[in-house]
Amino acid sequence: MTAEQLIFLIVAAVTLVAGISVVTSRNLIHSALWLILTLFGVAIFYVLLDAGFFAVIQVIVYIGAIAILFIFAAMLTRRVMQDTGPQTNPNWWFGGLIALLLFAGIAFVLINWQGFSSLAPELANPSGRINQLGLALVSLDQYVLPFELASVLLVAGMIGAIFVAGEKKQ
Amino acid sequence: MIPLSWYLMFAAILFCVGMYGVLVRKNAIAILMGIELMLNSVNINLIAFWRYRSSDGIAGQAFAIIVFAVAAAEVAVGLALIISIYRRRSSVVADDMNMLKW
Repeated sequence: MTAEQLIFLIVAAVTLVAGISVVTSRNLIHSALWLILTLFGVAIFYVLLDAGFFAVIQVIVYIGAIAILFIFAAMLTRRVMQDTGPQTNPNWWFGGLIALLLFAGIAFVLINWQGFSSLAPELANPSGRINQLGLALVSLDQYVLPFELASVLLVAGMIGAIFVAGEKKQ
Repeated sequence: MIPLSWYLMFAAILFCVGMYGVLVRKNAIAILMGIELMLNSVNINLIAFWRYRSSDGIAGQAFAIIVFAVAAAEVAVGLALIISIYRRRSSVVADDMNMLKW
């Protein structure tokens, strides 16, 4: 077992425990904090996959913005669901069953695929990848249209969020 | 060397955990957290397939960037909706949001 595999296994175990805690912990603030740990684990996976740019983006966007937004929302709506009462639906076992069945299906499909246990090829020019990604996102014959659509979506989401959550003056 | 299967199995487990959260939790904010877990596992899959199967191109990374943008927009709008509903009905339980049901 190489050092890389050891790091992977440790990070995977921590991330999965944190992810399960996100969906099972009773206190919503605790859920948000566990979510931050999960997102950090995913960022480490990006580093292991030679996508360092995505690890940085993960920390900035997910942990810096989205997780903080979750904590704010949990604080703003805290009074109603204090830590009393059940946090899950009465038929939670049915949801668990569906999740297990989905995992069994995904695992079945993956194991029958012949490229399942392939190893990583040598990455050519690893330091020029950010440059390549930036050029691909703005060049006309590659991904400029999805990129601009994502910008429009973000602006629309921002305006919509301000409009929906803003105080209405009658 | 880490085989591709490890990443795929990890992403599958994380996706199922997130889906369990979406299906089971009562609090709408917790449901959004489950959606975040699912989006993250999809992103791991995209980057892992880019690294292991087509690392000459850049398509997998471009897809992942789009997923990031969509996730950010989705969380902003979703939490705004939840706060707005909380203001009107003093509830964040998904079962109580039945104003459109008849």
